[in-house]
Amino acid sequence: MELKTLTFIVVGLTFALYIGIAIWARARTTGDFYVAGKGIHPVANGMATAADWMSAASFISMAGLIAFLGYGGSVFLMGWTGGYVLLAMLLAPYLRKFGKFTVPEFVGDRYYSQTARIVAVICLIVASVTYVIGQMRGIGVAFSRFMEVDFSTGLFTGMTIVFIYAVLGGMKGITYTQIAQYCVLIFAYTIPAIFISLNLTGNPIPQLALGSTMADGSGVYLLDKLDLIVTDLGFREYSTASNGNMLNMFLYTFSLMIGTAGLPHVIIRFFTVPRVKDARYSAGWALVFIAILYTTAPAVGAMARLNLIETIQTGPVGTADGNIQMSETPDWMDRWATTGLLSWEDKNGDGRIQYYDEKGLGDKAAEYGWAGNEMTKVDRDIMVLANPEIANLPNWVIALVAAGGIAAALSTAAGLLLAIASAISHDLLKGVFKPDISEKNELLASRIAMAFAIGVAAYFGLNPPGFAAQVVALAFGLAASSIFPVLMMGIFDKRANSTGAIAGMLVGLGVTLLYIFWFKGWFFVPGTNMLPNNADNWLLGISPEAFGAVGAAFNFVTAFVVSRATKAPPEHIQHLVEDIRVPRGAMGASGH
Amino acid sequence: MTTPQDSRMAEYWKRNVRLMVILLSIWFVVSYLFGIVLVTPLNAISLGGYKLGFWFAQQGSMYVFVALIFVYAAKMNALDKEFDVHED
Repeated sequence: MELKTLTFIVVGLTFALYIGIAIWARARTTGDFYVAGKGIHPVANGMATAADWMSAASFISMAGLIAFLGYGGSVFLMGWTGGYVLLAMLLAPYLRKFGKFTVPEFVGDRYYSQTARIVAVICLIVASVTYVIGQMRGIGVAFSRFMEVDFSTGLFTGMTIVFIYAVLGGMKGITYTQIAQYCVLIFAYTIPAIFISLNLTGNPIPQLALGSTMADGSGVYLLDKLDLIVTDLGFREYSTASNGNMLNMFLYTFSLMIGTAGLPHVIIRFFTVPRVKDARYSAGWALVFIAILYTTAPAVGAMARLNLIETIQTGPVGTADGNIQMSETPDWMDRWATTGLLSWEDKNGDGRIQYYDEKGLGDKAAEYGWAGNEMTKVDRDIMVLANPEIANLPNWVIALVAAGGIAAALSTAAGLLLAIASAISHDLLKGVFKPDISEKNELLASRIAMAFAIGVAAYFGLNPPGFAAQVVALAFGLAASSIFPVLMMGIFDKRANSTGAIAGMLVGLGVTLLYIFWFKGWFFVPGTNMLPNNADNWLLGISPEAFGAVGAAFNFVTAFVVSRATKAPPEHIQHLVEDIRVPRGAMGASGH
Repeated sequence: MTTPQDSRMAEYWKRNVRLMVILLSIWFVVSYLFGIVLVTPLNAISLGGYKLGFWFAQQGSMYVFVALIFVYAAKMNALDKEFDVHED
């Protein structure tokens, strides 16, 4: 069957599944809508959390990033998984014991301050909206690439599906849909990886294949071979290429970890399980399901890089016939060339393509008769999507990868939209403006807020702000420097008071934003940056993406010092903290 | 005034924090020490086709993270029972 038809059928089937689940899992109460009635099994919640967490970026972009960064890509692998250890030990069980619906609600109650709650709502909305824009792009791109419909049609189709199951089912509908989406995306990710591992090394398990010898009988390890060929072509050695200096790698990883632990749409997932005990296990299951993809990604990255280079560099480096002829490029290269994401030109007129690093290879290039790198564009994002084609896998696998990419984007978008909607209807409307609203009206308001959030997200998806790529750093910076410290202090420091918390959040946020804007432009307006954004200008070589950890440190220190210099929190708050530290017992202080 | 119940809860909290500190030290060692700070010396050792430091950074640390959460959950659930603060 033709690929396009097959893709329509596979994607259509997954959509029918999501809508079927939505009708089955309608939300009837605000409890259903915000936290799925707190009745989700920990394993099921773990799977839903994994789908919620793994976005279009994890599915499509991460392996491509690793392919080109090599060892330096480790910051994403460790950063985006290690945060779950912090969540499981420092936040999830206690917030579950607290037993409310949203993150700002905890902040507002614990710090007995509407101001603190509103600051938390603002941080949450900014972090979530910036994050959801990326998902909208992912949905539009997946549709337009695979189904050959235009970007906006793809975006509207995806939005309509999310609208149906998120507005109808709230957290309950989203959770069960995310479980289905996890199955689709993990299947779509691992099947091509298994085939490629088998092709290259004869070992079907990608995690082991990456450490195995090549299947060509040479007895050379895959990684050694990759290291050798990339250095011969002037690139940095794959297994040691660092991402900035050691301090930068350290802080980058740390920022991503505490950013992950502080992202509200991830935290609220732990409100949906029945007991504190379940919250602890659920974080473990979430990480199991995430790690299946995250430990496969380095294999996908390394193998994609090797396949790409070997496609072009067919013989020994520097020999006259060592490179592929222009007329013999495989079909997948030609297909991706039409998208503009892959391009090449014959600079030295030898009828062959050379792919190398001009700076790294230096004078040798001239000796070989090469006149510059001829792969003029290799977009990192094509690596995962082109993988099944590179490995000559059947069309149904390619169709599945399309469905997987869409599932990853939809599941994350839905989780973020719920976090935004509940912050508006529960924290702002019920919490601040209209505390006496009836349950029925609050449920209606949260549905309207959800519909509104979807509209805003769709608008930004169609008219992306010029800074779409940079805002992800902002989302993590915000979560790391404001939300994570304030939650952790709320649980572990009984003496932390409202003045300290608000001062901490503002200082943490301020320092982080200042550093990001300094190098990326004020509010990301191009040309307004104070210094060029490169390692020579960065403070101690710390990149703006890695600065969230420093912001968090400022937040902690400020909150600690200010809390001690001002009045201790009232006694009922100290009791509240004692209460959330143990799984059983009345929640006297918060039971209003 | 501290009651016996209060000091029991203080003990429960102390044991919880101690467990957390131990597990988070392991968390720190496998990722930040083995995966970043000591990556160069560890790379001299090989694990199959992997350099050891590289393996910790791209595989090993994640396996350890998963194990840490399950150990924490199991130990804490046992601690809840010991101090009779578990639910149901």
